[in-house]
Amino acid sequence: MTRLSGGLIDRSRPLNFTFNGISYTGFEGDTLASALLANGVQLMGRSFKYHRPRGVFAAGSEEPNAMVELRTGARQEPNTRATVTELFEGLTARSQNHMGPLHRDFLAVNDLLSPFFAAGFYYKTFMWPKAFWEKLYEPAIRKAAGLGSLSMLPDPDDYDKGFLHCDLLVIGAGAAGLAAALAAGRAGAEVILADEDFALGGRLVMEGDLLDEALATGWVATVKAELESLPNVRIMTRTTVFGVYDHGIFGAVERVSDHLPTPGDKVRQTLWRITAKRTVLAAGATERHMPFADNDRPGVMLAGAMRAYANRWAASPVKRDDDAIAIFTNGDDGHRTALDLIAKGAKVLGVIDTRETAPKFGDYEVFAGATVTGTKGRLGLTSIEITRGGRSEWHSVGALGIAGGWNPNVHLASHHRGRPVWNERLLAFVPSPDGPKGLIPAGAAAGKGGTAEALEDGMAAAIKALAELEISAAEISLPKAENASAEQVAFWHVPGQKRAWVDFQNDVTVKDIALAHRENMTPVEHLKRWTTLGMATDQGKTSNVSALAVMAELTGKSIPETGTTMFRPPYTGVSLAVLGGGDSGPLFRPRRLTPTHHWAAAQGAEFVEVGPWMRAQYFPRKGEMQWRESVDREVLAVRAGVGLCDVTTLGKIDVQGPDAGEFLNRIYANMMGTLKVGKVRYGLMLREDGHAYDDGTCARMGEDHYVVTTTTANAGLVYRQMEFAHQCLWPDLDVQLISTTDAWAQIAVAGPKSRALLSRIVDDFDLSNEAFPFMSCAALTICNGLRARLFRISFSGELAYELAVPARYGHALMARLMEMGADLGVTPYGTEALAVLRIEKGHAAGAELNGQTTAQMLGLGKMVSVKKDSIGAVMSRREGLAADTRRLVGFRSADPQTQIMAGSHLFPEGAEQNMATDQGWITSACYSPHMKGYIALGLLEDGAARLGEVVVAANPLEGQAMKLEVVSAHFVDPEGGRLRD
Amino acid sequence: MLIPHPLLGLRDSQEFTYFGDASLMWRPDPEAPEAEAAFCEYVFLRDNPAGVHRELWFHEQGDRSWLVVTRDTTTHEILGAELASDVKGAAQ
Repeated sequence: MTRLSGGLIDRSRPLNFTFNGISYTGFEGDTLASALLANGVQLMGRSFKYHRPRGVFAAGSEEPNAMVELRTGARQEPNTRATVTELFEGLTARSQNHMGPLHRDFLAVNDLLSPFFAAGFYYKTFMWPKAFWEKLYEPAIRKAAGLGSLSMLPDPDDYDKGFLHCDLLVIGAGAAGLAAALAAGRAGAEVILADEDFALGGRLVMEGDLLDEALATGWVATVKAELESLPNVRIMTRTTVFGVYDHGIFGAVERVSDHLPTPGDKVRQTLWRITAKRTVLAAGATERHMPFADNDRPGVMLAGAMRAYANRWAASPVKRDDDAIAIFTNGDDGHRTALDLIAKGAKVLGVIDTRETAPKFGDYEVFAGATVTGTKGRLGLTSIEITRGGRSEWHSVGALGIAGGWNPNVHLASHHRGRPVWNERLLAFVPSPDGPKGLIPAGAAAGKGGTAEALEDGMAAAIKALAELEISAAEISLPKAENASAEQVAFWHVPGQKRAWVDFQNDVTVKDIALAHRENMTPVEHLKRWTTLGMATDQGKTSNVSALAVMAELTGKSIPETGTTMFRPPYTGVSLAVLGGGDSGPLFRPRRLTPTHHWAAAQGAEFVEVGPWMRAQYFPRKGEMQWRESVDREVLAVRAGVGLCDVTTLGKIDVQGPDAGEFLNRIYANMMGTLKVGKVRYGLMLREDGHAYDDGTCARMGEDHYVVTTTTANAGLVYRQMEFAHQCLWPDLDVQLISTTDAWAQIAVAGPKSRALLSRIVDDFDLSNEAFPFMSCAALTICNGLRARLFRISFSGELAYELAVPARYGHALMARLMEMGADLGVTPYGTEALAVLRIEKGHAAGAELNGQTTAQMLGLGKMVSVKKDSIGAVMSRREGLAADTRRLVGFRSADPQTQIMAGSHLFPEGAEQNMATDQGWITSACYSPHMKGYIALGLLEDGAARLGEVVVAANPLEGQAMKLEVVSAHFVDPEGGRLRD
Repeated sequence: MLIPHPLLGLRDSQEFTYFGDASLMWRPDPEAPEAEAAFCEYVFLRDNPAGVHRELWFHEQGDRSWLVVTRDTTTHEILGAELASDVKGAAQ
């Protein structure tokens, strides 16, 4: 055990966990990383490419090395950073990326082969033969080089999404963030304070610095209590603000129950969409390292992380208490770690300072003007080589901290293309002044990392932000604090012959960068893609700037001349599950049910998805072995008796106003203004480019009142188009529109006995052909007073009606019609029979109105009125469309029992089949029980003039070709006598 | 993005359906001698400026207003939003 004294862990609450099957104990407040360190475990994983032993490198979300597979079973989660995984009772974790046990990874042979695995190796090597990439190379490389593995089981947990609004969003709850939140909270502003950590305080609780002459934890607790007492402040811990979007919208993930063994009745994570009027970016800074030979052994870590483990988690980085710790630094910051470790009783070898005139702040040895030039220790650091003035000597150490300076966390400030700016004094990039509007960087994120200046800066940022909102915020009394000395020199890496890692997670070394330079991949963008530097899951948080510095040195340019690194969302990885926010499975999109759905389900109907709707497809009866039997029966029942079909899903639009007729004249290709009250007309709409768009009926219910129907697919789109025409083209027309698709349940009553059936439910309404002929409409009452609308229209070619009632009566109406029509043989039919009936009648539907056809092609050319203008009328007359000779015709196969495939292309008999000889295609095909054979509709060049001819329908995908006779598209009652009887 | 609806105040852009260049409002005169050419331009050609752009948004999940939104396509800054019927009415 290498547990130190103090820290923010609750020693009264021990937690048991396992790592690679071995049991350990930690405490509440630990992370998996701190608990492992405190148990003397340094080796936590293997590297991505070379399978080098790796230990924890950082203490936060920037961690490149310590990634584990967390939990088991369906909740197994790969690539989880041990540094941000809160310990819970029973936690199980396994290291990843090795074959065999962690301490004897068989794939470590890759490390010996490293001369072959330099940058660009994969690009250059696995080129030939081409087919091998997909089948052999990639699977093998992925197996060897992948990170953790997925459970391959469905995610058992729930996710949610939510929306929040505030005056001020404070990102980060360190010194600057807490001061900002407190100032804004006291001013009464609506404040959200978000931090990815589970505790507030940021670096305040990781440093040994004093606030008001006491440990900062006391002040943090006081502020937390006050903020919690303010109703206008919302504290969101375990919440990562991962992206900045337009107009002050932020994406955030709250890990609601990741810290629990299982979520229980809670969601696992919540995706928050936060709309903030102003934002203070107090995201802190991330320490960088200085590459040197063999710098990747377990036990080598960032000096600031070492300090954090010691102060916050009371965990020492060494395996045994008597192992010494060394610090390698280019500035004063490294010395702070030495002091904190000494204060905690750890054994410190000394501070290796690259500066010749290195200061000394306490009782420890200082190696001035020295660098670390080598390390030893197969599975964990055992010694380091210190080189000074050309002389080298080895020292035994169990851990080494590296302090290379701090990079402000500029990420969110760059999400809107704000380029970070190099600050020569800080030797770091600071946020661009033209970052996202309304976002003010503060504290360490703005390059003001001293405790006193961060507190001041956070408060000032909040006051400034609120002033812009005309909320006056007063200064708050800040605790007494100091700014630790941040003196440092520009020292970026230790040159040498051996490999020195820059990006640990993707195994990119200084040599790889040098190779990229030699191969002219010097622009940062090329460097990244050639070496994969910064492209791992940590996005190079600890490596990008060091890599830039190395490249700058190689090219002889300055760092800002070399380039910068731009950041895009997300700041840290976001699971796809939470981005879905719970919209998975049946919740993926709304499912709409028709008013008769439950009635149909009770009849045993099969359903089919039609856009968002579930529609009855057919109603199988006992003894029917396959769907065709049911469909054929339903079709014949309609043609011989009476059938019922729910047609509610067809769009209905109410058009009212004195100019309704004129408006519809402009919407429809044909004339609607002349329609008489009580009459219905078939209507065709065009797109403005002249193609056919949608069809339906238009009923004039009153002088100023029309009811328009659309196809199911276009119900929303036609309504949108009509609103566009009304508001954007002709707002001068006095007309109002509303979609009533959901308001009315509509049932088609079709077949020669439909009048007989309807006569049994209408209230004093004359249904005779004289009183209510084909294409009539009326408002009436049925079933003793239920208001209804009746339309005498036919899709099947039979005598038919559509009856609409308020939607909530749809179910009851269907049941009533079935009951009243029992002796007439009334039969419910679904969408399949509906389609057969319309193909038999030669009506165009979705397959014909597919956006590639014109009114002429559909045989509806005469409907495009030349007496008036309408949408699409002008363009429909352009030569390219008007000259198209393809026409909708019917087809019968020579052998009526051979199925015709919709989509087959049509060719002249005996012709070679290619694009030049293509004469059209089959749009719809079905088995027609009426014709006792397969029939089809299709578009054929000069089709109308070719009745009786034989053509070939080819389906080259399946090597089929069949002869078809061209016939009229109207297989049933071509004269239309039946629907007029 | 947030769109300042002239009747409803700031609304999330997720409530809207985007329709592109507001020149769609200016349908050519079908009676004009070169109507077909004018319609070809109207239907098929759009400007795609890097900068200030007037464009149509339909408040489909809201009050069904068509808006003319003036937006800088390089920054997504919204410079104004008007009811399309007002824009059209003022021009007529």
